[in-house]
Parts: sequence; C-alpha cells; structure tokens
Amino acid sequence: MNARLFTCLTLTLLTSWSASSLRAALPGDFEKHVAALRAVGPEGAGNAEAAAAFQSLSAAEADAILPLLRAMETSGPIARNWLRSAVEVIVERSQKAGKALPFADLKAFLDDTRQSPEARRLAYDLMAKIDAQAAQKLIPGFLNDPSTELRRDAVAQLIATGKAEAEKDDKTAAIATYRQALDAARDVDQIQEIAKQLSEKLGQEVDLPRHFGFLTHWHVIAPFDNTGREGFETVFPPEKEIKLDATYPGKEGKEVTWQPLASTDEYGKIDFNQPFGPLKEVTGYAYTEYTAAEARPAELRLACKNAWKIWFNGELIFGRDEYHRGQRIDQYKLPVQLKAGKNTLLVKACQNEQTQDWTVEWEFKLRVCDATGTALLATDRPATPKKEAPKRRGGGAEESKK
Amino acid sequence: MRSLPHLLTLAALLALPMTGRADWLQFRGPNGNGYVEGNAKLPTQLGPNAVTWKASLPGRGLGSPIIVGDRVFVSASSGPDQNQLQVLCFSATDGRELWRRSFWATGRTMCHSKTSVAAPTPASDGKRLYTLWSSNDLICLDLDGNLVWMRGLTLDYPNASNSLGMASSPIVVGDTLVAQIENDSESFAAGFDLDTGANKWKIDRPKAANWTSPVALKSGDQLVVALQSSKGVLGVLPSTGSDVFNYANGAATIPSGAAAGDTLYIPSNGLTAIKPGADGGEVKPLWNESAQNPGTASPLIIGDKVYVINNAGVLNAASRTTGERLWRVRLKGPFSGSPVAGDNGHLYIFNEQGIGQCVDLSGAEGKVVSEIELGEAIIGTASLSDDAIYIRSDATLWKIGGGQP
Repeated sequence: MNARLFTCLTLTLLTSWSASSLRAALPGDFEKHVAALRAVGPEGAGNAEAAAAFQSLSAAEADAILPLLRAMETSGPIARNWLRSAVEVIVERSQKAGKALPFADLKAFLDDTRQSPEARRLAYDLMAKIDAQAAQKLIPGFLNDPSTELRRDAVAQLIATGKAEAEKDDKTAAIATYRQALDAARDVDQIQEIAKQLSEKLGQEVDLPRHFGFLTHWHVIAPFDNTGREGFETVFPPEKEIKLDATYPGKEGKEVTWQPLASTDEYGKIDFNQPFGPLKEVTGYAYTEYTAAEARPAELRLACKNAWKIWFNGELIFGRDEYHRGQRIDQYKLPVQLKAGKNTLLVKACQNEQTQDWTVEWEFKLRVCDATGTALLATDRPATPKKEAPKRRGGGAEESKK
Repeated sequence: MRSLPHLLTLAALLALPMTGRADWLQFRGPNGNGYVEGNAKLPTQLGPNAVTWKASLPGRGLGSPIIVGDRVFVSASSGPDQNQLQVLCFSATDGRELWRRSFWATGRTMCHSKTSVAAPTPASDGKRLYTLWSSNDLICLDLDGNLVWMRGLTLDYPNASNSLGMASSPIVVGDTLVAQIENDSESFAAGFDLDTGANKWKIDRPKAANWTSPVALKSGDQLVVALQSSKGVLGVLPSTGSDVFNYANGAATIPSGAAAGDTLYIPSNGLTAIKPGADGGEVKPLWNESAQNPGTASPLIIGDKVYVINNAGVLNAASRTTGERLWRVRLKGPFSGSPVAGDNGHLYIFNEQGIGQCVDLSGAEGKVVSEIELGEAIIGTASLSDDAIYIRSDATLWKIGGGQP
C-alpha cells in the first residue's frame, strides 16, 4: 500500500470511528485468557493453553486493544509478547476491514505513565500509523518520559537542534540544548554523542561517570589463581570475609593485600591491569560500599569481558564464565533491592590463558541505576577523580633520561 | 547406476517435511547442503535487469529468507539495542509485504557489529515458521502470522548466550525442531516439540562458542542430526537426543557440515568425509583432504562433487568420493555467506560487498559468468525457489530471476 493511500485510509478510519465501538463487549473470558498468557511458565509450560487463549483474544474487535495494552503492565516478558502479538493481529485485521482504530483512547493510554513503558511505546506507534503528523507533534513532550524508547525520540530531536545551533555558531544555545538533552538521555549511544559534541566541539566539561552513576572508588585485591580456568569456581578468601586490612596467600603463594583504586576513566573502568600488571590465569576481586538514600529497587549494570561474579550485600547475584567475547556498557542488567544506608558490592573478575592482543583486558565497569537507566547516586558519592594532565614532551624526555 | 542427484533427491524426500513443491524451508535449503533439486531456469545472467523486485526491511539481519509456497519469510531486528524482533511475510510474486509481527527480545541482544540479532535463518515444516534469534528467543508462528508458541531460552537458561552473538540456525526433522544453543557458558542442544515448544530433550554441549548449524542425514532407515562443535560431530536421534555416533577429531565452529544421503562432509582438518554407521555403528572415515579448507562459507554438494570456498575466496571443486581437487577458481570475496545451487549447472554466492557471482560449473573448470552489484553489504546466504534467487541485506530483500512481477 502506498503512503498516500494508507494515510487516506487511516484518516477515514479515524473520522468514522466512534466511541460506541469501544463500548462493544470484550471477548468472553477476557481475564481468563489473559491469565492463560501470564501463566506460561519455564520451558514452555502452558504454551498450548496460551495458544488457545491467543486465538480468542486476537479474534476480538478493536475495542480489545486498550485492555490488551493495559494488561501488559502486570505481565512478564513472555506474556507481554503474546499480548503484543494479539494487538498486532487485531490492528491488521481492523485496517484490512476498514474499521477504525481508537486514536483518542490510545492517546489517553499513552498519557498514563503508570502503564507499561513498552505498551505505551506500542500505543504511540499505533497512533503514528493512524495519524503520523499528530503523533510527531507529541515527541517533545517525551523528554522526561519513563519510557526510554519514547524519551529517545525527544532526545534525538534535541540533538538535531543542538547540531543546527552549533552549525550557526550559536554556541550558547547549542550548549544549553545539549545540556538539556544530556539530562534527559538514558541510551548509551545518545549520551556518548551528546558528550562528544559538548566536550570536543564546544569545550564543555561533562562528568560522564556521575551521569551514568558508575562506581569509581573501589578496593582491589589480586592475583589469586585461575590456572585452567579453575578460579571461577574456587572460593578464595574475599568470598568468605571482607577484611580490607587482611593479607592472604595469592597465586603461587605470594601474599596479596587489598589496595584502593579510583577510576579516572570516563566510563568508570576498574582496570586490574593497572595495579597488578597484565597477568594471565589470575583472579581478582573488587569491593566497594554504596550508601543509598532509601530502600528501593535498582539495577546493577555491568560491562565485563572476563569471567565474573557479583555479590550484593553478601548475596551472590549472578556469575558468568565467558571470556573475551566483548563488552559494552550495560551489558548485564541485574535487578537488586537497595537497603537504606550502606550496601556492599563484591566483584570477582577472572583472567584466562589467552594471549592474543584482544585478550589483555582484565576489567569491569559497574553502575547503579533505576530500571530506566537513570543514575542512582550514593548519598556519599565522592567527586569523580580527574585524569592527570598529560606530561609535556620536554618533561617526558627528561623522565626518560633518569 | 542411477545418478547421484537422483539419489540425493530421494534422500532429501526422506529427510524433509512434505510441502508439495520445491520450497526452501531452512538454512542452505531442503537438504541443508546448499543444493535444491529442480530450479533449472535460475538466471545465469545476473545484473540489474535480473532483479524481479526488491522490498525494504525494517531492521538488520543475515538469516536467509525462507520460501513456503508463494510466500517469502524474513526475520529482522531493529531498535538501538536490536531488541525489536520482527518477522515479515512477503508475496513471492510481487514483493508485497503481507504481514509483519514484532516481539520484544527477552534475552541479551549484544553482538558483534558485523552480525545481528536476526542472524539465524528461520525454519519451517511447511505449516509453521520457527524463528530463533541471537537473544535466544524462539518463536513459532503459523504462516498467517498467528503466534503459536514462544520460548525465552535465556529466561530458562540464564547463562546461555554469546556476547559476540549467536547464529546457529534450527532445523525441523520429523516432528522435532532441533537447535544448538552453544556458547562458552551454559551450552546445550535441544529438541523442541513443534506444537508447544516444550523440550523433548536437552543435552549438554561443549562449553565453547559455536556458530554452526545442525544438519540432518540418513543413517540406515532413520534420520540422524549431526551436531558439530570444536570437539567434532555428535550424531543424535532428533526425537530423543540419544547418541547415534560420535566423530571426535574436532571440527570448525563457523562453517557447518553438509550431508548427502548417509555421508557427512565436515569442516574438520580441512574437509573430512565420514559415513556414520547405522544404529550406533562406528564412524567410517572415507577421506580427509587438508587442502579443502572451508573459510566462513559452508560446503556445497551437487551430484558427485563438493564445493568449498576458502578464506582467500578461492572456490575449490573436489570429488565427493575421494576428496581430490578437480579445479579451483578465485572469486571476489570476502564471503560470510555460503554458496547455493539448483539444477542449472551454476552456483550462486554473494560476497560481503554485495556482489553476487554466478559460476558456471558445467565445464572442465568453473567460470564466473555474471555478476550483480547490490550496493549493500551481504553477510548471509541466498535461498532458491521457483527459479528465483532470494537474498537479503540489513535493509533490503531482493528477488532475482523467477519471472516478472
């Protein structure tokens, strides 16, 4: 279908749609069918019942779209997909039949920020299908939306505006626009783009570790053994006790002690190679404390290309024995419950035997944020450490003579 | 003696779901070795005029299109983290989009920039689609786009993932969907019930990254699935996962093997041909040829020859019975996709720069007879059906040949 025909059709649908269609009865046993989707359990248990429920739900008229979207808020990831698919089938059939889609109700749903962020984005996409221009006008209002997908569109507009202002040499306006975009941005790629524009093009200082909520101050201890990758499952002393003044036998019997490490990396990298050297077949630990303003749900977000384990408040949260397949910010999202006051974090990072140049890294990056990626800063967060200014050439030459 | 292609066809009929036409239902076609019977009128003069239609895709992907009847199905992944999984259905006749469905990934979507979350090729039994993703989501739809079942394998097995990306393509064998979810950590292979997605069986696999796909072959009067890994090849019964044979001399983890009848050609120490014994009998090595060393592309089998493209982009033709090299010709590489062929005596391969090459195999030596420049990076493998070539990029699906829309 070409775009013009589609627009004509959707506008026709919009004008012909009436509130009465919303009052039509939902499919019988709506709640029971939704419950069947939510009941899908591990290893595919309940899929057959879910398929039967899906058949009934997806056969409904357009008036079922809003209830299906609302049902996503209290559904798990698998059930949300079943619900989404039912919505898509209904929309497709309604459009083919020339029936109206409930633009106004979708807008009301979109405005209800208590609903599932994914469902609200889906509602917005449906609205854009009905009336792209009307949907486009809503984007600036998403700048502080709890849905990161909606927020992303608003940030993208600001980035474009900032670029245009910078190109016109309106530096003051561009800085203000980029600062506003940075405050709102939650997606890593957008944050990096904004920071680049601010720091490289406009000479502004950007405290990325603070923006992301990376934990920059740790105590580290290494090397323990990881010969034959056995260290991942071996319980070394830091897993039994945290005593920062203790001394333990490390790899090959050499004594190891805790030492402080503050990261000056713009993404909070904790690099074991810095204090301990580029070792192989070794295990290291990093420990820090995080003071929370209140008890609340949070996420630990980790980037690591070594085998790793994390303990939060003494409890093992997760571990993964994969080496050197890549890392990126927010690679792993680990939900936790913060306690008000002191919380403890212990990270174990194992380096393996590989010798290729892309296997040198023995490091991690960890931040604390909410489910949308908004940094949750510790109440006693220290200032972000500054990188030392590069030494002058002359000085370097002098150093080399010593 | 009956011709090898004829015997291969019989073997293929034994191994595959019946759809009543020469559909392309899985990675590297009905036999899983790149060759499909028929298609004698595939175009040999590639070029702009050979494009029948092209359609835009909403997201990235390198999984091959699959063709069932007059419908072409493609998977794609979109969004900043590729967490939107999309399945699209097009009319094979004119490229019209018939439907699309979208899902939120439930597993990790991180992967190397060269690959994507829509890396595995979907599979079909002619009635349904089975789509596996790098996020380890496994989604079954009927041909009209109705969701039949969904599994989030990373929800069930939280350490089953590869930070470089997963790419193994599942296959349907009898009444089981077989998938290899093999990686450095929680590594396994499983057989899934086609109706419900429930595990029929699940076995531990070597803890090592592995991008190869399962291949079905005949063993006695039964079908066996060959699961390739760095350790070698384990043959299992598709319905139970029980061991049938074990080849333990190591194998590649990127190019997959290829089966023809009851013989398996494995990227192992170059190329190795084996004939697993029926009913658990010993593996009989037929030959090994270290010079026939597949690069990323998997071997292609046509008649009495096996074709291998090495990492230098050289196409080697070898005897299926001895492994002896017959000829070689340099192609324009590099290649991430694999070669495919029908019954017109030509081979088709697309390189990473988007250049499709047609190689005439009928002479004493292979000869590139035509090319087409698609202008987009091609990382995947073409599919063939009804005398047409289907190939996709991150943004476009093309139909080449097969008549005018």
